[in-house]
Amino acid sequence: MNKKKFTKEVKLFGMGILYLLPTFVILSVFLFYPIWKTFQFSFSDVLDGGIVDEFVGLKHYLALFDSSSFLNSIKVSFQFVLYTVPITIILSLFLAVIANEKLKGSRFFQMIFSSQLGISGAASSAILLFFFHPTLGTINNVLGFFGIPNIQWLTSPDWALFSVALATVWMGLSLNFILLLGGLQNISVDLYESSTVDGAGYWTKLFKITLPLLSPVLFFVTIINFINAFQSFGQIHILTEGGPSEATNLIVYSIYRESFMYGNYGFASAQAVVLFLITLFVTLIQFKVGERRVHYQ
Amino acid sequence: MMKKMILYILLTISAFFMFAPILYAFSVSFMSASDINNAAILPSSLSLDAYQEAANRIPLLQFLANSFLIATSVMIGQIILCSLAAYAFVFIPFKGKNVLFILLLSTMLIPFESTIVPNHVTMINLGWLDTYQSLIVPTIVTPFGVFLLRQHFLTMPKELWDAAQMDGCSYFRYYLSFALPLSKATLGALSIFAFISSWNSYLWPLIMTSNDNVRPIQIGLKMLVSSQASTNWPIVMAGAIIALVPTLIILFLGLKYIRRGLLSGSIKG
Repeated sequence: MNKKKFTKEVKLFGMGILYLLPTFVILSVFLFYPIWKTFQFSFSDVLDGGIVDEFVGLKHYLALFDSSSFLNSIKVSFQFVLYTVPITIILSLFLAVIANEKLKGSRFFQMIFSSQLGISGAASSAILLFFFHPTLGTINNVLGFFGIPNIQWLTSPDWALFSVALATVWMGLSLNFILLLGGLQNISVDLYESSTVDGAGYWTKLFKITLPLLSPVLFFVTIINFINAFQSFGQIHILTEGGPSEATNLIVYSIYRESFMYGNYGFASAQAVVLFLITLFVTLIQFKVGERRVHYQ
Repeated sequence: MMKKMILYILLTISAFFMFAPILYAFSVSFMSASDINNAAILPSSLSLDAYQEAANRIPLLQFLANSFLIATSVMIGQIILCSLAAYAFVFIPFKGKNVLFILLLSTMLIPFESTIVPNHVTMINLGWLDTYQSLIVPTIVTPFGVFLLRQHFLTMPKELWDAAQMDGCSYFRYYLSFALPLSKATLGALSIFAFISSWNSYLWPLIMTSNDNVRPIQIGLKMLVSSQASTNWPIVMAGAIIALVPTLIILFLGLKYIRRGLLSGSIKG
């Protein structure tokens, strides 16, 4: 091999690594190492301070399937996805479609529809905590005006998951709105013009042009929402703390409770592995399908 | 004309549902207890008592200052580290960079939430519990940020790079004098993202902090909620307003950048 060329390669390699070093050090310490460690913990009994006491094989995993609390947590997590994802997408698609029309003031409305992106989950949740209050809360006040009796939004096991879902939908609209509006604006104007010449009406255009062409974005947004819903934590910690009677004990809250309140590191890690695997599975679907794209023009 | 009318009505109703709760929380933060009991829409008199009282219950200014310090540090860190990494991926032709890039992308498969237990242990071992660095360092670089800047660097004209090389411009000088200055919009988007997401983060600071000296405002808000819920709503609303106003203003000012960033980072990628 040409010696000069070799030296140059080494130099370039060294330089490349130098630029990337801080990034990979951080990712290794706070992402790669701990995910490996999570797996290790999930097969071990772990003492305080994260010291691995002994290898216990599948003990924690077997315990997972015996734990009615964990099984319930998985059930409500999926239920929560079902309550939040479709409605968030439908509503934000609606917002994107009406805000995409060329109108005076549409910029203002776009701004309002994006506002939740600048508001923390904690702040939104604190505000909704007041809205959901059984006697003083705004929602029951408005319902009372129409003669509807008070609802125990957050304190009844029948309503709590629904209420947290409602909060989550509201908080998630902005991100979806921006992504879908971007998708809408990427659709070529020519298509609409030629279809207008062909005499297509508003609804035909919406269902025959807009939605099919938007399908890759819609798919992407569905995956993002699934993952976000599955990983919800802040709103639960503020609104319900997993209750009442575990009705809103979603999986991340369950991991938090198991590890940081009960100190069951091993058992919590087994739950974290389940969370990781579910997220991994969903993300891989997105990579696979996203590559092929949903719509072919 | 008819269509326009309907659109405006729909837009207004939607805007009301999106934003009225925030405005109402603002209104409630000035109310007295009797206003709340009467379900008033506007406060009977503008009273700043709730803000005063909130500041008495929790060290509000300290929490705000903590949040500013943490979010600003994360933002600066991300600008530097993400741009360095993205630059290497685009401009430095070294062996193995494709493997490293795939490794970087693979981190998007790991949810941070599933690593909190060992990360907590790491922080204990580093002696970083209740420190600023525990809240700053883990998020000082994100794959999303690297990816966003890489996408932008790829669009820079090849001719510029060739010309600079011809003049003997070093890699680092090209990074400083061309790559960064020509990426202002993307860097702006990244800064806003980094700041807002750090300001709004919740789970990690909750685990990391147990004393008021380093706590960010979001956890302060939770303290306010736990101590006040169902007894003194104006205080809770005042806390929420204080926690959300800085990032809301940043969002409104930088919405254009954010939209561009989100779209190039997520969809076209």
